[in-house]
Amino acid sequence: MKKIILTSEKLKAARKRLLQMHFESGVGHIGGNLSALDSMLVIFHEYLEADDKFILSKGHSAGALYTSLWSIGRLQDADLKLFHKDDTLLAGHPPAKGIAEIPFATGSLGHGLSLAAGTALGFKLKNSAAQVICLTSDGEWQEGSTWEALIFSCHQKLNNLTVLVDHNNLQGFGSTTDTASMAPLWKKFQGFDVEVQVIDGHDLDAIRAALSGEQTRFRIIILKTIKGRGVSFMEHRMDSHYLPLTENQFRMASEELDSL
Amino acid sequence: MRKQLCDALVARSVNQKMVFLTGDLGFMALEPLQTAMGSRFINAGVAEQNMISVAAALARQELDVWAYSIAPFIYARPFEQIRNDIAFHNLPVKLIGNGGGYGYGVMGPTHHAIDDYGVLLTLPNMSVYIPVFDEDMAAVVERAGDSGRPSYIRTGRGEPPKSYSVPAYAPWRQLTQGGGPVVIAVGPLAGIYIEAIEQQAENLRPRLWAVAELPIDVSPLPVELLAQIEGCSSLCVAEEHVRRGGFGSELLLHLAGKGIAVKKFSHLYAKAHHYERYGSQAYLRRQSGLDVDSLLVALKGA
Repeated sequence: MKKIILTSEKLKAARKRLLQMHFESGVGHIGGNLSALDSMLVIFHEYLEADDKFILSKGHSAGALYTSLWSIGRLQDADLKLFHKDDTLLAGHPPAKGIAEIPFATGSLGHGLSLAAGTALGFKLKNSAAQVICLTSDGEWQEGSTWEALIFSCHQKLNNLTVLVDHNNLQGFGSTTDTASMAPLWKKFQGFDVEVQVIDGHDLDAIRAALSGEQTRFRIIILKTIKGRGVSFMEHRMDSHYLPLTENQFRMASEELDSL
Repeated sequence: MRKQLCDALVARSVNQKMVFLTGDLGFMALEPLQTAMGSRFINAGVAEQNMISVAAALARQELDVWAYSIAPFIYARPFEQIRNDIAFHNLPVKLIGNGGGYGYGVMGPTHHAIDDYGVLLTLPNMSVYIPVFDEDMAAVVERAGDSGRPSYIRTGRGEPPKSYSVPAYAPWRQLTQGGGPVVIAVGPLAGIYIEAIEQQAENLRPRLWAVAELPIDVSPLPVELLAQIEGCSSLCVAEEHVRRGGFGSELLLHLAGKGIAVKKFSHLYAKAHHYERYGSQAYLRRQSGLDVDSLLVALKGA
């Protein structure tokens, strides 16, 4: 598959397009989309081969997924204009069918890692060298099924599976540490037969380095991210988890991104 | 039925696309399958939610996927995974629940599955198989495996009378002939009624049917059965399942849609939640009024 290096210009354009799409549709969940966007863009631009699969377990970041597919030319502006509208494929969470790069409908947390594990296991059973990348949220690790999937993935020695954790420290109704803390998360993972890395989730080179290393085991990369990344008045803000942008906020955000 | 199930799956496992997952159950029963399948037999551990989503993902790769546990653990614990990951994607995963209904008797209500097929049939594309006799298992494995639909197979104990000649498998089978009321029993329950019904005078003898596949719109009633229902004064349904969402109400809706009026309807069903004492499957059937004597009482004067 032809790789398109993710430049800062492409990243900025994707961030703007994501904000425009959410604003035009009056849709929230922007903060968690912005925290996950950088890593998703790197993955779609530079890492996925034709047979590889990406599974977005934190389905409420569908906007970042759609924007990433737009950034590599797989979705068009006309598609994004239908985001969250009637008669669209681009629902608030990834659809069950209709977009080849989206293998599963997700949205209920705690499913994606098992789906990724099953996909990785299937590749092994079919002697395929394809890889699976799964993006989870940090709050999602409060779901027991994610730990079932972690145990399974380690036991099955799924060295073709990489899990990213969008660790932005904010969940639905508070911070992850105030709600049901697992801090430090990396230490919990370290007790398993798994390769753990903790990186800056907005440092493109760090993401590249983490994804590029030789993989001998099931791998987890914790992305230290910022909810609302790139828009100063949204960063670290709980309201960016749910609320759509007002017209004034959209204008301010656009001006800020244009000034970079 | 576990031996017959294992034999049928071993036979199917020559297909290299077949993958079998178990939620850590099958001791003293599935070892031959484990031997036959090698690395394609996967004990997913005591983690049913993960097992079901893994099964969905394997099926997405066009593998022939079977997932096994005792009945309550295959459908109730991971219901959302079945709904979202299997049914929403219409993936042909075959779920096998051992010991459906009151099959795990005195083990207690956590191990009973008396709301299983009603719950699962609310999901899109789902088929349910409830083999009546041990001899049905090979056909059921073949039919579910080749259906291309998500499927749930509820297994139990095939319970025909001794020396009974089991008729060839079909989704609907008439097990007794006579001039009496029509009785439809779901799955193995039908087998316990045969002997007592056969002893009735021919002109009054109930016409017992067994149904082994649901929903009705996928496995419609035979024309002969419809004619019998139209022509008789009484219809009785017996099922080891709670009343709400069970076969009885589905049948009545189906008949109403066809404009067939049922003059008198009696329904025998599982009433487990009313009890405070535990017991065997036979005990719980008696308590629920599903046993032979209860059926005969229900049919009296029909």
